[in-house]
Amino acid sequence: MPNLETATSPQKLRRIAIDPVTRVEGHGKVTILLDEENKIHQVRLHIVEVRGFEKFIQGRPYWEVPVTVERLCGICPVSHHLAAAKAMDVIAGYGPLTPTAEKLRRLMHYGQFVQSHALHFFHLASPDLLLGFDSDFTRRNIFGVLEDYPEIAKQGVLVRKFGQEIIRHTAGKRIHGTGAIPGGMNKALTQEERDILRKDADQIVEWVSGAVQMIEKLHLSNPRFYNHFAETPSNMFGLVDARGAMDLYHGALRATDAERQIIFDHVDYSTYEQVLHEDVKPWSYMKFPYIKSLGAERGWYRVGPLARVQICESIPSPLAEAERQKMLAIGEGRPVHGTLLYHWARLIELLHAAEVVRDLLDDPQILGKDLMADKGPVRGEGIGVIEAPRGTLFHHYHVNEDDLVTFCNLIVSTTNNNQAMNEAIRAVAMQYLNGREITEGLLNHIEVAIRAYDPCLSCATHALGQMPLEVSLQNAAGATVSRLSRRSDGAIV
Amino acid sequence: MATAAQSSTQRKLKVATTSLAGCFGCHMSILDIDERVIDLVKLVEFDRSPVNDIKHCGPCDIGIIEGAVCNAENVHVLREFRANCKVLIACGACAVNGGLPAMRNHLDVGEILKYVYFDADVKATAPNEPELPLLLDKVRPINEVVRIDYFIPGCPPSGDTIWKYLTDLISGNNPRLDYELLHYD
Repeated sequence: MPNLETATSPQKLRRIAIDPVTRVEGHGKVTILLDEENKIHQVRLHIVEVRGFEKFIQGRPYWEVPVTVERLCGICPVSHHLAAAKAMDVIAGYGPLTPTAEKLRRLMHYGQFVQSHALHFFHLASPDLLLGFDSDFTRRNIFGVLEDYPEIAKQGVLVRKFGQEIIRHTAGKRIHGTGAIPGGMNKALTQEERDILRKDADQIVEWVSGAVQMIEKLHLSNPRFYNHFAETPSNMFGLVDARGAMDLYHGALRATDAERQIIFDHVDYSTYEQVLHEDVKPWSYMKFPYIKSLGAERGWYRVGPLARVQICESIPSPLAEAERQKMLAIGEGRPVHGTLLYHWARLIELLHAAEVVRDLLDDPQILGKDLMADKGPVRGEGIGVIEAPRGTLFHHYHVNEDDLVTFCNLIVSTTNNNQAMNEAIRAVAMQYLNGREITEGLLNHIEVAIRAYDPCLSCATHALGQMPLEVSLQNAAGATVSRLSRRSDGAIV
Repeated sequence: MATAAQSSTQRKLKVATTSLAGCFGCHMSILDIDERVIDLVKLVEFDRSPVNDIKHCGPCDIGIIEGAVCNAENVHVLREFRANCKVLIACGACAVNGGLPAMRNHLDVGEILKYVYFDADVKATAPNEPELPLLLDKVRPINEVVRIDYFIPGCPPSGDTIWKYLTDLISGNNPRLDYELLHYD
């Protein structure tokens, strides 16, 4: 495949834009450059806004951050809330959380997986899968699904509601709550609240199992298409627990290549700067991270459901693990990389999250009242990493002796997938659009590939990362004439 | 509500929504009306919104704006909504007073870009291609750009708040929020 990132002579080409990309969270656009014969020369996904959160949070007190930073994203506020709280646990000098506090945070987090994954699949992506990629665009939305598949749409709405209610009972509000504080949680779960939530949990697991069956059937109906649409083999990256099993709240970093050979494993996440680097391109505000040891060209990777279900050894809940085995079987022993498999993997994770929520609600410790850990000496630096619904999320802060933030670095999940999304839409462009008359339905194929990643462009907009950064200046012949790099603390070397 | 349901045989009202410089939380709150969405689609029809694939706003009865104004494109979209919507609602803290994105207002936007992308000495600069809309020097509430008819506070307003507000409007009443539905966090 030719390199479609940058056309050699863009002036002579016709431009088509998908602006805004819809049924995704946040603001993005795609531009495509074609010649008179509709041959494609350039395809780019642009992130068009920048907020500067890492800069303006400087000077604010550290205890404020878990509540401020969650306002980067209304879909996954819990992820930012908890990643910041994990970093602040360290900064405020707290030891390990009490068992009840950790279980309440996990309940909130897995509740968020239920709501976010349900929202993405049912409200945003299912119209493409159930109504067709090139179906009437005025009906290609959740309201169209409500008309044609009322039961499925209604279940989706209720599964999301269940997740939101878990969040409300643990964080006080459905969106932008306040449950986690440095060192623990600020509210216990009452027996009454537990009973209300537990009452619906079995029904939710059953509905979600049904949704997994549905997507499996869809893939089996046309495996050549669904398993291989926008197939882009890539490295994979995420957190796993000490045994290598899936853990969405805490773990160590693992990266594998496209054949699932380990690149690094059990890396303490507070040393993330030693394994990741990032690149800047002039046409997008979102940076391009890569695995340092492989370099920018070969080191890009995927995060999120499709990476997570494949890098882990197992999922620690029986129904989800059985579904994972079924999905992996289609690769006949090799890892799978078709972009639409993200949906299948996401629903398997949704099932896992529903099982974990149910089991946590059955755990007597969830009703405990001991919510705060023991406090030790304050530290000047803290790093919190968590698996957000869309992938690995990094929060890194420095705090001065007045408790004010002096440095903040966030790498949000979607940023990790930046190159992968660009590769996927270039694959679609070559496969479906190249040389053809461009129609709305064909353009939607591009959006289908982006949607599969469930990008959170609003997160990506707010938080731009302060990773070690390398800038190289090249002359017209492509030779590097100058190179500078900056460490994450700002020093230029 | 009863009156609104009875009149549903009449033309459905058209509603458009968009998110400018916001976090999507207000749109999530709209979805937090949960199963009442089934009642809502009996009463209204959606024009441009991030939850469907209509990319530009046509003539509408109600426009709901989430988020503040942070770049030239936000201004453009906001004006498109004002030109097309009979009633325009500022939904949530960012639209009403700038919210969290406006926390950058005490800083110079050039300084922010320099901090994030670095490199005063090298020719490579912050992302700057024409495809990227121009950033404004300050983040502004939407009523500083166009006339706004209604304001709903909250970060975000709850699903119940949005439901009450919309159903009041749809039934032709002046929207009224009781004490427990009116909050600012």
